[in-house]
Amino acid sequence: MQTAEKTLDEILNLAAAHFRVPREKLSPDADFFKALGIDSLQTLDLLTRLEQHFHVELPDYELQGVTDFRTLASKIQARL
Amino acid sequence: MEGTNSGEFKGHALSWHLDGGVIELALHRAPCNEIGSLSLTELESLAAALDDIENRAHALIIYSEMSSGFCAGADLRELYERAHAMGKSQATAGVRDFLERIHRVMNRIDASPLTTIAAVHGVTFGGGFELALTCDLIIADKMARFCFPELRLGLIPGFGGIPRLKRDLGNAVVRDLLLTGRSFNATKAQQIGLVSQVVSEGEALRAARATAAQIGKFDRKTSASAKQFIKPIPHEELRREIDLFCELFSRPAVEAGLKKFVESTDAQPYLP
Repeated sequence: MQTAEKTLDEILNLAAAHFRVPREKLSPDADFFKALGIDSLQTLDLLTRLEQHFHVELPDYELQGVTDFRTLASKIQARL
Repeated sequence: MEGTNSGEFKGHALSWHLDGGVIELALHRAPCNEIGSLSLTELESLAAALDDIENRAHALIIYSEMSSGFCAGADLRELYERAHAMGKSQATAGVRDFLERIHRVMNRIDASPLTTIAAVHGVTFGGGFELALTCDLIIADKMARFCFPELRLGLIPGFGGIPRLKRDLGNAVVRDLLLTGRSFNATKAQQIGLVSQVVSEGEALRAARATAAQIGKFDRKTSASAKQFIKPIPHEELRREIDLFCELFSRPAVEAGLKKFVESTDAQPYLP
């Protein structure tokens, strides 16, 4: 199983590439709504891309209240 | 609106045209094809036009021109504002009338002798999911997501979703979708038998057209007979769904749920 740090790094890379935000501007504890400038529909898009990348299912209710990359990574790590 | 009796129609929420035996219905109401009174009226025009143009076609493809997705479901803002402006009994009567009308359209598409294909991408939620479920085949872009969020508002799907899901899928999956309100991605949707093909981003319409071309090689009457045999319309359950929806809609909790949704500034208003 891959490490939590690697999971977090892959999420940041994926988000930066897809939403065209410089990778260095994304920090693990950043609010991803603000950092990526995304709305609720784009959040669903991100969720789908993460599920595909990590080959996991992420029930959207588990993401309620999750706003930073580090917590998001922990939710994914728990399903790897 | 124009050209409803010909093979072409251009409306504000949707358009269709007939070409080479395939009717293509494009949804194009911003932001994500929310189904309100305007969409319903134009869908009714399609249902009426099918009587005239169906005999010149073998397939119907439904797709969205909106980048955000296939359809986000019922127009909850319109529903809330209309209900808010009326008395309780009048609002419930208005909802029942809307449901009776949308069910007639959905049943008409479901029962069409044409082979029907929903080419979906992105958000395919609530009433949009229900529209896709009327089709014989669902072809999904890999970024499609399917969800019945109605229980979050204290409601059930009202456009025929539960009876059609029960017809097409195992009951455990239906319970998962309805009772958790969670969304499924296209891969999951294919695993459970909901989606027939998953294709790359932006390729659903192309795949649907290729499928429609294949269907065109078969005898139309044989296809229609096979469809009638394997895809019964669950009329009794559909009626019960309208009654149950109206019963639930009359509760104060629903108005509160709709108000919360409409007035939300939350970045994730689709979450409970």
